[in-house]
Amino acid sequence: MSDNGSGKPKFAMYWAASCGGCEIAVLNIGEKILDVDAAFDVVFWPVAMDAKYHDVEAMPDKSITLTLFNGSIRNQENEHLAKLLRQKSAILVAFGSCATEGCIPGMANFSSTEEIFTAVYDTISTHNPEGTRPKTEWMTPEGIVLTIPQFYPMIKTLDQVVDVDYFMPGCPPESHQIAAVVDLVIQALAGKATLPPKGSVIGAGGSTVCDECVRARNVKKIDKFVRIHEVAEVDPTLCLLEQGILCNGLATRSGCGALCPGVGAACIGCYGPAADVVDYGARLMTAVASVIDSRDPNEIEAILDGIPDPAGSFYRFNLAHSLLRAGKPAVSGNKP
Amino acid sequence: MSADPTKDKERIGVYVCHCGTNISATVDVENVAVWAKDKLADDGVVVARDYKFMCSSLGQELIERDIEREGLTRVVVAACSPHLHENTFRGACHRAGLNGYLCEMVSIREQVSWVHTDKIAATAKAKAMIAGGVERVIENEPLESLHVPIHPDTLVVGGGIAGIQAALEIADSGNKVYLVEREPSIGGHMAQFDKTFPTLDCAACILTPKMVSAGTHPNIELLTWSEVERVDGFVGNFTVTIKKKPRYVIEELCTGCGICWEKCPKHVVDDVFEAGLGYRAAVYTPFAQAVPKYPVIDTENCTYFQRGKCRACEKFCPTNAIDFTQTETYISVTVGNIILATGYDLFDARRVVQYGYGRLANVFTSIEFERMCNASGPTNGEIVLRDGVTPPKSVGIIHCVGSRDRNYNNYCSVICCMSSLKFAHLVKERTGAEVYNFYIDMRTAYKDYDEFYQRVLEEGTLFVRGRVAEVTDAARGPGEEGKIIIQAEDTLIGKQRRIPVDMVLLAAALEPRKDAKEVAQKFGISCSANGWYTEKHPKLDPVATMTEGIFIAGAAQGPKDIPTSVSQGAAAAGRVLNRIGRGEIELEPVRATVEAAKCSGCRICNNLCPFGAIIFHEDLMVSEVKHALCQGCGTCVAACPAGAISGSGFSNGQILAQIEGMLMFDQPANLLNLAEMALA
Repeated sequence: MSDNGSGKPKFAMYWAASCGGCEIAVLNIGEKILDVDAAFDVVFWPVAMDAKYHDVEAMPDKSITLTLFNGSIRNQENEHLAKLLRQKSAILVAFGSCATEGCIPGMANFSSTEEIFTAVYDTISTHNPEGTRPKTEWMTPEGIVLTIPQFYPMIKTLDQVVDVDYFMPGCPPESHQIAAVVDLVIQALAGKATLPPKGSVIGAGGSTVCDECVRARNVKKIDKFVRIHEVAEVDPTLCLLEQGILCNGLATRSGCGALCPGVGAACIGCYGPAADVVDYGARLMTAVASVIDSRDPNEIEAILDGIPDPAGSFYRFNLAHSLLRAGKPAVSGNKP
Repeated sequence: MSADPTKDKERIGVYVCHCGTNISATVDVENVAVWAKDKLADDGVVVARDYKFMCSSLGQELIERDIEREGLTRVVVAACSPHLHENTFRGACHRAGLNGYLCEMVSIREQVSWVHTDKIAATAKAKAMIAGGVERVIENEPLESLHVPIHPDTLVVGGGIAGIQAALEIADSGNKVYLVEREPSIGGHMAQFDKTFPTLDCAACILTPKMVSAGTHPNIELLTWSEVERVDGFVGNFTVTIKKKPRYVIEELCTGCGICWEKCPKHVVDDVFEAGLGYRAAVYTPFAQAVPKYPVIDTENCTYFQRGKCRACEKFCPTNAIDFTQTETYISVTVGNIILATGYDLFDARRVVQYGYGRLANVFTSIEFERMCNASGPTNGEIVLRDGVTPPKSVGIIHCVGSRDRNYNNYCSVICCMSSLKFAHLVKERTGAEVYNFYIDMRTAYKDYDEFYQRVLEEGTLFVRGRVAEVTDAARGPGEEGKIIIQAEDTLIGKQRRIPVDMVLLAAALEPRKDAKEVAQKFGISCSANGWYTEKHPKLDPVATMTEGIFIAGAAQGPKDIPTSVSQGAAAAGRVLNRIGRGEIELEPVRATVEAAKCSGCRICNNLCPFGAIIFHEDLMVSEVKHALCQGCGTCVAACPAGAISGSGFSNGQILAQIEGMLMFDQPANLLNLAEMALA
């Protein structure tokens, strides 16, 4: 699977600060993966094959046709690879929730570096008698300077450090959506299809999860919030939000097929905001707050107290890309 | 949110107003104009000027000329609030052939010069706001005004003097008015008064002819003992549902002869009209000159309704007009405009415990005293103590009870000084008693008011300047036994004084109606922090509200005397007649629109619209905003979780561009550092 001079378009996939789920999702497209191999030369994919960064550095600029970049930018190494792959790729896709909007790692933006290090290196279950903390440089007794990448104070999304061609949401993106995107690129390379305009969200729908959800819905009025285990019996056909279960489907981009609400679990918002929505969490909060069925301030407070972990509920996936705590302030429109 | 690079760059003119010295005293306007031309050139600013009065015809011509000569495609005017002059500058653009909605106002007076003192900081803020305005105006789109026909009928809510005046003005012009009053008769508070200051006209003599005119006017449909249930629709075409409470009297048959209330065996204390000083029957009209003349049956006190027996009124009614089977009915009327003249409530003097009202028999409220003075009132106009026979030899009148007092209401109730002077005069005239007025400041502004004060002074009324500490019956020394003692600091002589009197009158404050907030909500208007209805502009538009087609008049907007209430009633009528005369009204085309492809039918917005403009299509599973009903408030735009609803004139693009313009001003790099430093 290396560059054998076949003249086929080249493919790369890289993981920055991520869990690896996106890679699994790509493999989960089944036999379609053989089409990928047939259509592309895979030149760089650390999880699947051995490659060195200097191999990538040696490639000509724009020589990689398609790079799927997953993971957010947590440290200097992530940023370096983002910039390197941008330079070497014709099409750079922010692949998955981490790369597009920060995802779970992005919630670290609620905490300072010191708080994060304390949580990792200074807990009751950690044996660290010398209070060792990561240092970017350390000299060995032999006089050799060792370095590790610098840990950044804030998580950034891919488009906050480099120019991105397409955004593919999802934690991880659904396999059928990945297969469709791969197909589209193959078709486009063969001149049988055209790629969407630069900056587009691909592999997702144009509306929100409710659009794909089969649950019945009425005019919304919420008089209490409950966690799903607190409900004696979840009505299998009625909108979860109307049952007091905070479901993010109404603000989350469609494309997943409403899998979670379909099986009685609330949508947690992994497909990110709908088109043109700048701050997902703010949107969702405004929407939910506007249908609280009370005019009494104290009662409203009591109802809102029922929302479990508001920051985690509303900003679970999108904090790093929000107006609230974006990796980069919104002054430049979240662009590099 | 950078502008679409494929679009031609806009040619923008920036106009910075001095507003005399209103702005220029605090903002370096010349510097701002020079800066805008220089620093905002990349955004498309080709002209930037400052001028003494942008809103003057010369100022407007400046803009018009630049649009024509410089080919401006966008205009930013940094001046006062858009409330004041947005239409002025839109008009100037329109005359020069540029759509008025491509003009953006930046409020550097209300939001900058009037609220800051530091000239350097204020100038920087003005620049930031103009930068925001320029970024926003690039995103503006041309819009066309909407025209809505005006239904010629009008609803007036409240049958006090302000409401009566408004109804008569409109009806006299030949247009139909529905006058709704929740009490059995129109007349309001004025009907309870005896004399009116400063002329001492008899209130009834000047009010009742107007009440009769309103009652008999062919263009006025009087709906007393009725309340507005709900209001749907919008300016030009409101549908109002009115609840008619059952009178248990058939109006078509009743002649108002009064036999029923003479024969009614039940007598109860009249807490409303007679302020607790008199009695009325269970079937009653509040007062002899009531309009309409038909009585109502008070079911809580009627023997038949309580015990199932009696029916005396039914037996004796010569026209068989009593009908115990009546129930609430609802009628629906269509009107183009609504005037709210719902008046005030009197402050409950019991709340000022130290003044003894409700505890000391001979402490009276102002409204009790009005009834006592009234020739047709419970004492036939005799001023007597609570025993009903003894005239007082000395009377203390306390001003500002519940007004100008942080414990109750900070505001001045406006009428109390003058009515207290009137009380002093009436006491002197009718009993010859010694009268003391305890006041904080004497407020006798307006025509002939201060002359009345002089007259009362000359009549020998004594004035003590100072707030009363206590009214008590605990005698401390000779001369105080059996009296009520008023303890007050006389601030003019700098001493505490104890003045024994026989009778105390409390000039109680005027307060917003208890249900003013609910009523305001029903009609879609707002209340001030004190609870009075909020006018569109405190000086220039005192009878209009922020809701098109809803006007306010009289004391519902704030404490007022009779002449001002009458003027406001007439003014509100004038505004309505102007609309009716034109036949249609031009509305801002700011409307919300649902993009069906993005709408997932989650139904979050369905119940939010205050104007009922959102409908849900079950078959398509999408919501739609009816433009005819939408008022452009933006509630649904903000609430839509899918971002499927946009508001013309207030798009995400416009608002974000404006915010970015402000934040980018001068120091984009620093902001980044600040954010990172905060977490480092």
